[in-house]
Amino acid sequence: MEHTQGKLWEVFIQSKNNLPYKHAGSIHATDKEMAIQNARDLYTRRGEGRGIWVVPSDCIVASNPEDEESLFDPGVDKIYRHPTFYHMPDGAENI
Amino acid sequence: MNMNEEELLRNFEEKIDVDQKIEPRDWMPEAYRKHLIRQISQHAHSEVIGMQPEGNWINRAPSLRAKMVLLAKIQDEAGHGLYLYSAAETLGISREEMLDQLHTLKAKYSNIFNYPTLTWADIGAVGWLVDGAAIVNQVSLQRTSYGPYSRGMIRICKEESFHQRQGYEIMAQMAQGTPEQKEMAQDALNRFWWPSMMMFGPHDSNSPNTGNALRWRIKRESNDTLRQRFIDKTVQQANVIGLTIPDPDLKWNEERGHYDFGEINWEEFYAVINGNGPCNKERIDHHKKAHEEGRWVREAALAYAEKQKQETLV
Ligand SMILES: [Fe+2]
Ligand SMILES: [Fe+2]
Repeated sequence: MEHTQGKLWEVFIQSKNNLPYKHAGSIHATDKEMAIQNARDLYTRRGEGRGIWVVPSDCIVASNPEDEESLFDPGVDKIYRHPTFYHMPDGAENI
Repeated sequence: MNMNEEELLRNFEEKIDVDQKIEPRDWMPEAYRKHLIRQISQHAHSEVIGMQPEGNWINRAPSLRAKMVLLAKIQDEAGHGLYLYSAAETLGISREEMLDQLHTLKAKYSNIFNYPTLTWADIGAVGWLVDGAAIVNQVSLQRTSYGPYSRGMIRICKEESFHQRQGYEIMAQMAQGTPEQKEMAQDALNRFWWPSMMMFGPHDSNSPNTGNALRWRIKRESNDTLRQRFIDKTVQQANVIGLTIPDPDLKWNEERGHYDFGEINWEEFYAVINGNGPCNKERIDHHKKAHEEGRWVREAALAYAEKQKQETLV
């Protein structure tokens, strides 16, 4: 089938100054400028954003669901990476 | 089915059972993927075709306020269509294929949009009843098991809340207007009530796809449950503005804690689904024409993108 709809882009919106950009969804566009405009029209009609990133979907590298364990399990059992792991002497303040 | 696939299926169903969302890259049964593609693309087509009966009144809106509101509402519906097309695309169908299925009548859209909007009061009835029925369905679908569909529904529900209110406001204004205006409002309710009831689809006892859809939590509630919720909500709203729901069998049932209602004309439902509604042909013809007339824009945009690519290579 003939491809007439432009390529797919992922849209990330920053809702307020100083907040991280969050994935909002995707759009079709044939170039960067159109991608920004389409993202603006589709995802910020009610002042949801003050910043937009658009990224061609095929430029995104994603982890595989099958690799979930090998990628993320090593980070689960290292409780000493959290401040609550440590015993503080009674009476110590501001620590 | 080999061992491996059995295991995959078990993992998949375990996830569903604990309400974990299924994401595009996760393994899923072919039947799940197919059901979702069909449901989401039909949902997308409904949003887009639904712009036509309302667009019919933009140029004739009775005030600038009404016109701005209607334009904003219709623009939202275009957005809903796009969110949903994107969600369907994550399942491996292209936008072009979906449009093609719509144009060749392989894909359906909601029956309700095959009815005409004859008067301004119809715009009120559409917002109040059609968006009202859609909201009941969509609120339930926020909990669907497929992640991208669920996220689309959450965004859509946020935007829908004004749609129903603007429609009900129109109905309330007309019901309090001159006797002719009130009559117009009642007439719109008379014509849109039953088709709105049909929006929830056949009775559960008659709904072949419901089993799998409920088991895999694509749908969270049955057609009859959703329809009953819509009726129970809407009767009081009609009473408040002094309009009468055109169903002589409508009666509060103390024991059930729900309204009883009359028999739906399923013959009409199937006639419209099979292409014999008042506007089926007009809706698809219009969509095809708009798509054809936009061809040069798409071609120009693609040519421009190609040219830019050449320039960066030089
Ligand atoms: Fe919508
Ligand atoms: Fe709506």
